[in-house]
Amino acid sequence: MNHSDQFKAGVRDGIPICLGYFAVSFAFGIQAAEIGLSPFEAGMLSLLNVTSAGQFAGLSVIAAAGSYIELAALQFIINLRYMLMSAALSQKLDSRTGTLPRLLIAYGVTDEIFGVSVMRPKGLDPFFSYGCTIISVLGWVAGTVTGASAGAILPARLISALGVALYGMFIAIIIPPAREHKKIMYCVLSAMALSAVFAWAPVLRQLSGGMRIIIVTVLIAAVFAKLFPVSEEESA
Amino acid sequence: MNHSLFGYIMVMALVTYLIRCLPLTLIRKEIKSPFIKSFLVYVPYATLAAMTFPAILTATNSVYSALAGFAAALILAFMRKSLILVAAGASAAVFIFELILLG
Repeated sequence: MNHSDQFKAGVRDGIPICLGYFAVSFAFGIQAAEIGLSPFEAGMLSLLNVTSAGQFAGLSVIAAAGSYIELAALQFIINLRYMLMSAALSQKLDSRTGTLPRLLIAYGVTDEIFGVSVMRPKGLDPFFSYGCTIISVLGWVAGTVTGASAGAILPARLISALGVALYGMFIAIIIPPAREHKKIMYCVLSAMALSAVFAWAPVLRQLSGGMRIIIVTVLIAAVFAKLFPVSEEESA
Repeated sequence: MNHSLFGYIMVMALVTYLIRCLPLTLIRKEIKSPFIKSFLVYVPYATLAAMTFPAILTATNSVYSALAGFAAALILAFMRKSLILVAAGASAAVFIFELILLG
């Protein structure tokens, strides 16, 4: 496939992400407006960050007028998983790929864009990433601005229903491969179980949500890599 | 300290972008270690699963409607429905459940 076909394939795979992002960032825009951000400011925040969990958590620090250090540490912890995803994507690229494409692809490393990028057969073409990123970020920013502008007039029940959209998106990414491979199914179930233990058990539940996700991810992925290594053909 | 909103946004954006770009630009060669390769395959599944559960249970007005949304998402994803259908189906399940439950 040439660059143009790759770009179009990226846009096509990005359309569902764009729609899902619109719903989730709409909820983010509502919250941003509640702490006093204008639609423009909320939109800028979304354009420059493109991180669902990180942005929601960031709002709480901004609302409490916390320090820059606290905000930086929180973002580092919550978004550390992108480092692992970025490392995984580096393995999907042709080793001759230059620095500029790598810097551009890095902007779009999110759970969902990563999810479709890492599933590309025969490696990842930067133009696929550009197409997928542009359409997805469009949905993310448009949803934020719309939510920040119009959120106040929506009924509470609709906002409640939109609350699960983000998780629905995550589930749509992890379940189909889990259905194909038992190892991944056990990995998903173990991660959910351990995450619940960390969220509910005494002492452990005092950990922040971001910290919990990092510990569970590293523990589960390491144990599974040790016990059930993935062969070449499975990871392809 | 007098922190501006612009400052907050830039701090967030800088930290998040550095996390994203360092591995992609610094790791140029194929990783040979089967352990690291397998680890990287499992990371996204473990992260997204840990982020979803149990957080999804407190994402709506009631834990029951959240369970309805969770179940709808699992069923639709198991049927290999698209991202937007799964997200919309989960939201619709919550909406309908709350309509019935809370009147």
